[in-house]
Amino acid sequence: MANSENVKTSSAGSWKNLLRNQCFIPIAALLLLAVFNLIVDPTFFRITFGYNSAGNPVLSGAIIDIINNGSELAILAIGMTLVTAASGGQDISVGAAIAIAGSVILRVLCGGNARPETLEAPIIVAFLVACVVAMLFGAFNGVLVAYFKIQPMIATLILYTAGRSIAAWINNNELPVISDPKFAYFGGFIPGIPIPTPFFIAVACMIVVGLALKFTNLRLYTQSVGINQSSARLNGLNPELIKVMTFVILGLCVAVAGLIKVSRVSSINYSVIAKDIEMDAILAVALGGNALSGGKFSMAASIIGAFVIQCLTTTLYKYGVPATALPAYKAVVVILLVIVSAPTVREYFSTLVKKMKLKGEVA
Amino acid sequence: MAKTDKNTTPAGNSLGAKLMGMTDTNLLLTITVIVFFLMYIGAVVFLRGGFLKPQTFFLILNSNAALIILACGMSLVMITGGIDISVGGVTALVSMCCAVYLDYKDGNVFGAIMIALAIGLAFGVIQGLMVAYLDIQPFIVTLAGMFFAKGMTTVVNSSPFNVANEAFVALKTTRINVPGLGSVNKKGIYVPAYVEIGVLVAIVIVIVMFVLLRWTKMGRNFYAVGGNKQSALMLGINVKRTKFLSHLICGLLAGIGGFVYFLHVGSGSPSNAAGAEMDAIASSIIGGTMLTGGVGNVVGTFFGVLSLSTIQNIVSSIGFDEAWWTGITKAAMLCLFLLVQSVVMSVRKKRISAS
Repeated sequence: MANSENVKTSSAGSWKNLLRNQCFIPIAALLLLAVFNLIVDPTFFRITFGYNSAGNPVLSGAIIDIINNGSELAILAIGMTLVTAASGGQDISVGAAIAIAGSVILRVLCGGNARPETLEAPIIVAFLVACVVAMLFGAFNGVLVAYFKIQPMIATLILYTAGRSIAAWINNNELPVISDPKFAYFGGFIPGIPIPTPFFIAVACMIVVGLALKFTNLRLYTQSVGINQSSARLNGLNPELIKVMTFVILGLCVAVAGLIKVSRVSSINYSVIAKDIEMDAILAVALGGNALSGGKFSMAASIIGAFVIQCLTTTLYKYGVPATALPAYKAVVVILLVIVSAPTVREYFSTLVKKMKLKGEVA
Repeated sequence: MAKTDKNTTPAGNSLGAKLMGMTDTNLLLTITVIVFFLMYIGAVVFLRGGFLKPQTFFLILNSNAALIILACGMSLVMITGGIDISVGGVTALVSMCCAVYLDYKDGNVFGAIMIALAIGLAFGVIQGLMVAYLDIQPFIVTLAGMFFAKGMTTVVNSSPFNVANEAFVALKTTRINVPGLGSVNKKGIYVPAYVEIGVLVAIVIVIVMFVLLRWTKMGRNFYAVGGNKQSALMLGINVKRTKFLSHLICGLLAGIGGFVYFLHVGSGSPSNAAGAEMDAIASSIIGGTMLTGGVGNVVGTFFGVLSLSTIQNIVSSIGFDEAWWTGITKAAMLCLFLLVQSVVMSVRKKRISAS
């Protein structure tokens, strides 16, 4: 709230700067949602402290829900932003890939037994195997996009169609259930820490990618490939390799998100797990004001975009919108947002503002 | 664009040279048609069984009539360089609205058809306006459209139900016999081969779209805009209106496809036409339409739908009938065609630049 007050008192110059900042749209959307909730029902912001069924201290409330459930989305948004920037297209197979990664984790942990008493392998091993598998699928997408020059959306359509089937095939269509409470830590709470673990995982991912962007050439390389592939090549980069690399990084993000997803329920449902999450992840990137045709990107804006979407979802749930009708409401909000952020609409308004200014000067 | 390649390839008598002399659109169409016939003839020769009966082919047509219509619209948008992923959602919404109108509101079939067209047109107009005149990426616009349609379907009615309206059921069960292609069953009774009304609608639409795209000025504009927006603009083509029209027609076809789908399944359900948009995109690609725009043909799309469905039939009839094989087969088929397209195109490019 303090932020918006500052805006009102600031001069016209910083107004422009603020409008030009990529984080403006997602932050404005987040504030709008926050204000809406504050007016309609202030209990939205209430955080209560309690104990869950296992007797561990937990925080609960809508805000906690948002940072908890928005974690996977934020993690995926990181990878999706890089893919979008480098290849100028989106990966629509992330939901299916999460199903595969989750299935691999359960397969390694259970070793083919649907109701294991003890884990067949350490969780870290299962996670690493899932990472490798997800990165391989990412590389498959990446090779199709980079070397066979297939549009990303179409190339990833292959895995989108096959992914959930492959996931079911990995576990022979069984639905393994893990009884070990340790496995549930990743999607729930670690005893003694009242903040949900997925949030910590998401923050860790953000820190890693933040450091990578700061200390490596990741940003420079992906952006230059996305802006102009030929000139990137003339400058000695290998655009194909960089594109594949972004898809592999997205694969890693998918594996992490998959771990959280299966850990939340300690099981898997192949047709439901991470359903439509690819759409949310792409929307997060778009909401962050990143051009879906590639080039420059802002990682922070994407991540905020992911939490905006989760905030919207949680808000709608809170007002009794059934889960099945949720997409309709989401669509309306998304359409309003993209119309507001559309270049032609922005141009129109900026000329309108200029005209009004001129009139003011004349008067 | 595509046509100019004709003059640059050297004249030759060999098949390869002839293939290289084709336009991109015709080359990809030829590949699709050949693959489809090879596949079907292979199935008839090696699998025999059901594939020997012509009715198997008509069954494929019956169950895919709606998909053919949807894929035609999708091809048109893809030729213009866009994409429309809302068609599946619109289909679900149309079937649910028609079902509710017929059963709960005691409506007639004509009214239901009008509802279907109106819904399709509304989606087409709104999405077209946003894509063409507000310059928002078609993917995002139609993604929101899909979300909206799917959400609204459950708002209209959240539980699936079968329609009992008499006039509708009569229309649904109307069978048009195909003369001379029936078969004799085990009891020795002649069973005529039949198609449903939806198939006729689909075939009419394929023909209309083919004529539109090949011989009308408007149709050539779609290719021009998809091939190169800049040069289309310089040629004096109204790029924005062309894009708008492509979405409008696609929306309208989604409405018609939705009704045909409804006519085939005869029920309203939120899970209707799940994944139809992806099937439509896959069929278009298998039929030789390229997402980059400017290349494609609705006849190819027609064969794309048939190929996709035939391969599924083949896979399930040779014993891989677990549910997951459907997804994996479809994906493998798509992957194969994408690779073929990619390789063919890169070979052509090299040849052209070499000559």
